[in-house]
Amino acid sequence: MLAWKRLSRSKIIWPLITLGILMLFNLFFTPHFFRIEMLEGHLFGNLIDILKNGAPIMILAIGLTLVIATHGIDISVGSVVAISAGVVAMLIGGDLAGHPKYPLAFAMGAALVACTAAGMWNGMLVSWIGMQPIIATLILFVAGRGIAMVTTNAMVIWLYVKPFALLGQGYLFGLPFSLYIVAFLLLVTYLATRRTALGMFIEAVGINPTATRFAGINAKSILFWCYAFSGFCAGVSGLVVCSTVMSADGNNAGNLAELDAILAVVLGGTSLSGGRFFLLGSMVGALIIQTLTTTIYAFNVAPEIAQVVKALVVYGVSLLQSESFRARVAGVFGRREVAA
Amino acid sequence: MKVRNLPILATLALFIIMFGAGSIAFTGFFSVQNFLNLFIDNAYLLILAVGMTFVIISGGIDLSVGSMLALSTMVSSSLLEKSHLSPVLVIPIVLAMGTALGLFMGYIIQTFNLPPFIITLAGLYLARGLCYVVSIDTIAINNEFWKGVAHSTINLIGNNSVSPSVIIAVAVVLAGLFMARYTKFGRTVYAIGGNEQSAILMGLPVGSTKIAIYALSGFCSALAGIVFTFYTLSGYALNGKGMELDAIATVVIGGTLLTGGAGNLLGTVLGVLVYGIIQVLIMFQGTLNSWWTRIVIGFLVFLFCLLQRIFESGKNAALAKGRAGQAPKAQAAS
Repeated sequence: MLAWKRLSRSKIIWPLITLGILMLFNLFFTPHFFRIEMLEGHLFGNLIDILKNGAPIMILAIGLTLVIATHGIDISVGSVVAISAGVVAMLIGGDLAGHPKYPLAFAMGAALVACTAAGMWNGMLVSWIGMQPIIATLILFVAGRGIAMVTTNAMVIWLYVKPFALLGQGYLFGLPFSLYIVAFLLLVTYLATRRTALGMFIEAVGINPTATRFAGINAKSILFWCYAFSGFCAGVSGLVVCSTVMSADGNNAGNLAELDAILAVVLGGTSLSGGRFFLLGSMVGALIIQTLTTTIYAFNVAPEIAQVVKALVVYGVSLLQSESFRARVAGVFGRREVAA
Repeated sequence: MKVRNLPILATLALFIIMFGAGSIAFTGFFSVQNFLNLFIDNAYLLILAVGMTFVIISGGIDLSVGSMLALSTMVSSSLLEKSHLSPVLVIPIVLAMGTALGLFMGYIIQTFNLPPFIITLAGLYLARGLCYVVSIDTIAINNEFWKGVAHSTINLIGNNSVSPSVIIAVAVVLAGLFMARYTKFGRTVYAIGGNEQSAILMGLPVGSTKIAIYALSGFCSALAGIVFTFYTLSGYALNGKGMELDAIATVVIGGTLLTGGAGNLLGTVLGVLVYGIIQVLIMFQGTLNSWWTRIVIGFLVFLFCLLQRIFESGKNAALAKGRAGQAPKAQAAS
């Protein structure tokens, strides 16, 4: 009973309920949705696909959660995914025999450095120059695709280096390898923010940067590193995306990823106005988004049209987060519980 | 010389330097027609930027303009080619649609006190998705009226000419200038951008004006979409991808403060010219691919934002100096 009370008070209950409703819907309307098979020692099925395809969004959402907690936003993540894919593909090269141009570790490291640098650029604009986050990251949102196109020379590069496929397509102990990357990043981020004071500092910056500065915390540096970390996460996500399709396409890699990632964070209970953040909630949010996408595809809706549904979900969630909207709904029903 | 005109003068200088450099480096660059081409090729952007200028002066942002332009091209081409409606009906329908979508976003932003960037970002995806609902393929326009407009030119002095789109764009700019300077709406927009709380306390119609600003931006996007189809004679769902940055860039390069409250439509016109000249320079240069335009524009936005910050901190320092006797600490804190 006590456990239930704690759970119902915690923020994670709402995303879990949303995910449950989506799953329930699929139970009745999508045939074989819950079937999981064991093939060649790997687990297969819709649920595993959701976890596997959701991994890039989950990785993005980890970095973005911290950025949004500082009352910021990073809409450049999708383009940074494309940069990551572009850099790694350029360095590995499209050799048909599968010999990488440069060692794999070097290529992946270079991609991560480039993406962290992109994140640092965002961080510099927001923290030291003081631009609004939306404008600062809008620059890379658009110019980043240009950079990705320039690195791949505006062509799609196909990769044939087998070991690289492990990141996005490989399996370990029956589960997709990308899930272990998610788990590792999540664990490190969780320990760094919740087992030290860092998480509280980030929340403090999101609630009141001036007061935080007066309290002796270097607010600018925290802001800067949150954006840099978001760039790093986008880089990791880009490697997974590139490895999944074994190609780098400057136009389509990470397309709409920023929408999915922002939605995941917001659905997970982190408010766009900054402050409290919920890493686990963001993960559940990412699963909701991926389940929604899978469900939409199961009904033979074109991927391009799926974004209409997602845009409407953004409107819905934004409204639910709005104080005045909740007050109005409460007014209609004449009850106080709804507003709470 | 007024200090507040400095950003515009910087933009003007930038334009003259770039045009001059192009004229020296490339033969056939310097001509009146080449200058007029900047307007012909960017008429749609000019219209988008006018709407965006009002939004940014009010302290808001509209990220949906590029997708709205695409939606407008899709709906107009679909109505013309698939429903065979007359242009007399198509143009008002498309303009009404754009205005209605803008009105919808403005209403949500104002009524529920939500951040404009998230609502218009959702609008970006909504409009782009609706494009695909209309059609996934390109729709070519064969309508006689549309073709007539697309192929007609209007002769100016000498052998130089402009397209009807330029006339529309110039009319929009003039209307915008009139609205900004001589109407209650315009003054309220500046007041909201300067300090929304003060504007409310002054009894200005802040709520309805904010909704109207986004409706105006929606209208401009729809009109820009129609002008875009005069230019391309087709509707395509990927039209105007990334154009939201182009529109914001031209406004910022034109000297409008991103924090709101100050700006000038004539500066925006200069911003569009600078944008156009970058494209032409990259085209004349020949070896760089067109993606470099995006990178250069991104960098210019960065430069001008930096300029704005320096300009603002200079102004704050001057203010602090002026009030040195009264409240130096309060200024230092802000």
